[in-house]
Amino acid sequence: MSASLSSRRSFIKKMAATAAMTAAATMFPGIVFASEQLAGVPEGSLDWKKGPCRFCGVGCGILVGVENGKAVAVKGDPNSSVNKGLLCVKGYHQIMCIQAKDRLEHALVKKNGTYVKTPINEALDIVANKMKETIEKHGKDSVAMYTSGQSTIPEGYVASKFMKGAIGTNNLDCNARLCMASAVAGFLTTFGADEPMGCYEDFDYADYYITWGNNMAEMHPVLFSRMLEEKNRRGAKIIDFATRTTRSSMAADRSILFEPQTDLAVGNAICYEIINNGWVNKSFVEKYCNFSKGLTKMGYGLEDKYKFKDKPTKINFEDYKAFLEDYSPEKVSKLTKVSVKDIKYLAAIYGDPNKKVMSLWCMGVNQHTRGTWMNNIIYNIHLLTGKISEPGNSPFSLTGQPSACGTAREVGTFTHKLPKGVVMNPKHRAKAAKIWKVPVEKIPSKPTYHATEMFRAVDRGDIKFIWTQAVNPLVSLPRTSRFRPGMEKESCFVVVSDVFPTPTSDVADVILPASWHIEKSGLYGNSERRTQHWDQMVEGPGETTPDAWMFIEVAKRMGYGDLFPYSKENHVEEIYNEYRQFHAGKKHEMAPLEVLKKESGAIWPYVDGKSTQWRFNAKYDPACSNGEEFHFYGKPDGKAVIWQRPYEPAPEMPDNEYPFWLNTGRVIEHWHTGSMTRRIPVLHKAMPHAYVEFHPDDAAALGIRNGAKVKVSSRRGSCILPASINERGLPTKGQIFVPFFDENMLINDVTLDAFCPISKEPDYKKCAVKVEKV
Amino acid sequence: MPIKSYLAHPLEGKKEELQQAISLLDGCEIIPAENKDVLVVVTETKDDAEDKSLKESIETIKSLKLLALVSGFNTPKK
Repeated sequence: MSASLSSRRSFIKKMAATAAMTAAATMFPGIVFASEQLAGVPEGSLDWKKGPCRFCGVGCGILVGVENGKAVAVKGDPNSSVNKGLLCVKGYHQIMCIQAKDRLEHALVKKNGTYVKTPINEALDIVANKMKETIEKHGKDSVAMYTSGQSTIPEGYVASKFMKGAIGTNNLDCNARLCMASAVAGFLTTFGADEPMGCYEDFDYADYYITWGNNMAEMHPVLFSRMLEEKNRRGAKIIDFATRTTRSSMAADRSILFEPQTDLAVGNAICYEIINNGWVNKSFVEKYCNFSKGLTKMGYGLEDKYKFKDKPTKINFEDYKAFLEDYSPEKVSKLTKVSVKDIKYLAAIYGDPNKKVMSLWCMGVNQHTRGTWMNNIIYNIHLLTGKISEPGNSPFSLTGQPSACGTAREVGTFTHKLPKGVVMNPKHRAKAAKIWKVPVEKIPSKPTYHATEMFRAVDRGDIKFIWTQAVNPLVSLPRTSRFRPGMEKESCFVVVSDVFPTPTSDVADVILPASWHIEKSGLYGNSERRTQHWDQMVEGPGETTPDAWMFIEVAKRMGYGDLFPYSKENHVEEIYNEYRQFHAGKKHEMAPLEVLKKESGAIWPYVDGKSTQWRFNAKYDPACSNGEEFHFYGKPDGKAVIWQRPYEPAPEMPDNEYPFWLNTGRVIEHWHTGSMTRRIPVLHKAMPHAYVEFHPDDAAALGIRNGAKVKVSSRRGSCILPASINERGLPTKGQIFVPFFDENMLINDVTLDAFCPISKEPDYKKCAVKVEKV
Repeated sequence: MPIKSYLAHPLEGKKEELQQAISLLDGCEIIPAENKDVLVVVTETKDDAEDKSLKESIETIKSLKLLALVSGFNTPKK
């Protein structure tokens, strides 16, 4: 039965009001509206279906209102402990994109330079034949797949099984390489186990939230609102440590600015202060920590085929203390432009045994040519003080994509990964071969291309077939000025599976029409290790098809049907149950599907019917088995590692010719490259195009006014944008900021393809540019 | 039939004045923040022309510092 028009309008008005109140909540700390205005939206006759939000890694629970087979409304899931009924502006409006006029509803095959509408089965035949032919002619390492943290867990699992188990190539990587790889490398080097030890409930206990290079008010607004709530409720403090003044800074109790790249030095200075003021938790460090150092001066991966392997060497506490002598606050202050007082202030917060501290970070720390080191250094601070793995004491690496954790990291859609472990480990390969029912020799033991190198290989002509899903690399990769012409070359056959046309699909030979997330069933895994399931809510238009089913169809056509015996109707459940076998055991047990269908997600390890909220702490984690209070069981000796990691400069710094730092990032209105949110009218109107932010002094010196057209150029490319002065954000002097969501203003033509040698994650936050009035 | 929501920021000390002025306009509902200088304004109009005209009316209010659009919907007429 349809809801009446008046109730529909009343509902929409309530939605509009809620969206505005949510936006206000991200801008004003502790804002309160009259309680009756926050009462739930009217139920009408809508059928509300639960699932996770499509956008960021926070993993808010949503309820989608379905009427006559159409998704007509979204509200926050009040039963989700993640967001407790709240959503951000993107979340509220997410379903509006699926009705976009230019939705990809049918397969398109390029014939004589023109895209021709083609039946999906015929298009999948072409993809399978081309992939097979390329392998026969050039070998299995001539084909590649590039997937997404937007892909569901079953999609990532089938992609991994198809590429590594069936074809036998490690040419599989994903866009989580661009946002989370340094977090993964940080976790693995320090703890031997990926993903945060804590959970969102830490927000309820922490006395301080220290955000490292992370504008949570815009990027993780729902979690930021939880921090603001605690600030108002019990006086918790927010300290914003960043290179740019943002909405987060304005809502924080203290904003501390640092010079780009020098967070490494500030982190070490905090450790110096902790040690030299006697704030080390000695018994914790003695019982549960080792000290190590690795190679330094590793380079920045700027050369094609760059290789690096770290060589860890054990050191002791005294060695580490001596290393930190170069990082006294007085010495570090000059380099970082952070005052001695502020460095001591930060250190004193961590050093106070009576204060609980959460450190929170995302792209500022991860998209860093020393991103793994930065992750290590933040863990060093928490390990030295023993502020870890207990409620409120939590180093918390936030995630970008909705399933960067669930799909990219847990399933392992990286070149070096398997659903459990890594390709380099014979035991891990044997386990995968057994579950996949393939000969172990089929899975290669060496990683091949990480994301940046994969697209370099396309440009070189080494990769002759590439299939991308739910990604838009020709907007999101660094240095797209090289990779766009590379993808356009005849030498590579390009298949793009997506929901909307993008600059990446513009260069495709075959475009496959993908289902949007609520048009298929699936599972995502969020930043706090929470796995969330949803059932298909609506039918997709035309011949749109779930990515997992397209992989399976192509695999069958290539002769691998026996390895993919799943049914079209029930493949999500069948694949998840197969995947769960990889993680059996107390350290990573995944919740059964029947639990996930009933609840708004469950946190792994899910042991004896219970989520494990704090890992490595025997009080909460049944996997701890050393008889002690803490057990870092990811490492063979059960101890976490405090790493000696120095400050090293960025690969490209401002000079006379290119005198500005360029920092790139996101805005609250748009999701990454904007392919979804720019098709949501309200979001597009609110933020219709990109811009370049200036410090007012720099703008005045250059004679640039608000809105003036400015050309931003690096040694690699240029981009013209309108100037923004004293609007959304405020960069420090000598720095500019540009958001990357706008495909008409491609700032990644300008960025540098340098990356962290350990994690291989690119640094989008620092390169040298010049600016000119146009 | 457009429905839109805005954040209306008053000039300093002019929140009550702004609230009063907007409340006089047809098609506006106001949700004032209890403890901050901002109002949520939800507008409901017959068509795009009326929507544009109403927005212009709000923008001429002297106590308004900034009007920021947050969301907009267009519902079917029948």
